[in-house]
Amino acid sequence: MQLDELYREVIMDHYMHPRNQGQIEGDALSIDLKNPTCGDEITLQLHVEDGVVQDVRFKGAGCSISMASASMMTEAVRGKSVEEAMKISDEFRKLMKGEEANEELLDDLEALSGVCRFPARIKCATLAWNALDKTVKNSEKGE
Amino acid sequence: MTTENAFIADFPILDQQVNGHRLVYLDNAATSQKPLVVIEAMDKYYKTINANVHRGVHTLGSLATDAYENARLAVSTFIGAHDEREIIFTRGTTESLNMVAHGYARQHVHAGDEIIITLMEHHSNLIPWQQVANATGATLTYLPLLDDGTISLEDVREMVTDRTKIIAMTQCSNVLGTINPIKEVAKIAHEHGAILVVDGAQSVPHMKVDVQELDCDFLAFSGHKMMGPTGIGVLYGKMEVLEKMEPVHYGGEMIETVELFQSTWKDIPYRFEGGTPIIAGAVGLHAAISYIESIGMNVIEEHDHRLTAYALEKLSAIEGLTIYGPQHDRGALVTFNVEGVHPHDVATVLDTEGIAIRAGHHCAQPLMRYLDVAATARASFYLFNTLQDIDILVDALQKTKEYFGYATR
Repeated sequence: MQLDELYREVIMDHYMHPRNQGQIEGDALSIDLKNPTCGDEITLQLHVEDGVVQDVRFKGAGCSISMASASMMTEAVRGKSVEEAMKISDEFRKLMKGEEANEELLDDLEALSGVCRFPARIKCATLAWNALDKTVKNSEKGE
Repeated sequence: MTTENAFIADFPILDQQVNGHRLVYLDNAATSQKPLVVIEAMDKYYKTINANVHRGVHTLGSLATDAYENARLAVSTFIGAHDEREIIFTRGTTESLNMVAHGYARQHVHAGDEIIITLMEHHSNLIPWQQVANATGATLTYLPLLDDGTISLEDVREMVTDRTKIIAMTQCSNVLGTINPIKEVAKIAHEHGAILVVDGAQSVPHMKVDVQELDCDFLAFSGHKMMGPTGIGVLYGKMEVLEKMEPVHYGGEMIETVELFQSTWKDIPYRFEGGTPIIAGAVGLHAAISYIESIGMNVIEEHDHRLTAYALEKLSAIEGLTIYGPQHDRGALVTFNVEGVHPHDVATVLDTEGIAIRAGHHCAQPLMRYLDVAATARASFYLFNTLQDIDILVDALQKTKEYFGYATR
């Protein structure tokens, strides 16, 4: 196992300089999620209008992989339709299982592909994506 | 540094490479490795005398019953119980503590009573008491921690009142390594008519524990942390408190007579061991106890102390490393954080070097909150670890710092 396979430069950059961190002022869908086995936590907020993710913000505490993955997720889904965001989420989960995934949709997220060779860390990388899925599901239930 | 350690050869699992490096196993507080004698004892049990206990008239049934009851006797002698009937086999510490909470506390704790625990408890010695308090209307209070991660007997004296029914406390913290003054707390508890429940998961494997000397009312511990198999644990209870405890597992093996609407229970301890017991597990635990006794608990204790003192000294010298818990008189573990590197990342880097440590909240979320950390890293030792293992840990932690210092620049 090579550490550099896991900790790619782009991941460390997101870890050190997280994008879309903070809170949405005004109306937003919101969720708090914890990884009970390790204590990582995230608060995710989505502002969806006309079926499009207009704004997305997160706050959290956790390891480099969970925080970088959260930051990269926000960049990936911002400006996308909810449907597209869910498609990206599906592809990301394939990436985590080491399955073939749509590179075009994943784009920068491909950098997280090394995580699947560190099974103990997959739950770190998927925390933010679980938050995304749950937020969308909760909003659909509410409608 | 010497690598000579006569015990290493007893542990087949240690003879392997992990990620291209010799396995350095420093996660003994989570579960210890098993010597060949334990593995072989269970193997032999299954190959030669496997049968259900306490019921068969046939020969194997008697042999299996003897093996199971001899294990009970061995545990009883090992912890200095007055009578082997005071030993109940369970699945582990968690089940033992839940048995006390459900079978004893729910019967004898009432609204307005008090239960006292400490802020350093593992969830298994915390949630059962929360639940008892919620169900009965009793008050749950927490003994505070001093700055060095110990408790003060003055605080105990101040907090315990005649309304206190139960004090539950770990003998050795799985995070801080703190050794609590059980004997003194038992005395205070008894002066007020309370009972003392001791979580011995981290202490029984590493130090001489004598229940009559401590005078605790209950002691819970697990086989797998003392080189025995998983799935077997012990609840010791003084006969006088066991007589006041109700069974929590109803079913086979635990009854005297069963009528259509009422039943009566077997004698202690069998009434607490409903269902087919963990026979092979008890045999494995017996082998682990024999192994410990063949070495001598004092030898293990001295070895653990030497390693822990060495680890504290070496780790303290690493810049940016925070160590939690007292400086002296502690269990065989060191919990720490590396500045700027999350414990998960620390554990992953160490794993690539063949080093197994624990990272996370160690099932002690209230303590983590008190320490104001989300998670920590923990290295924990046992008799097969060496000073060289600690040197390898220290080198790998330096590498971790360099790697993350570089990667995050």
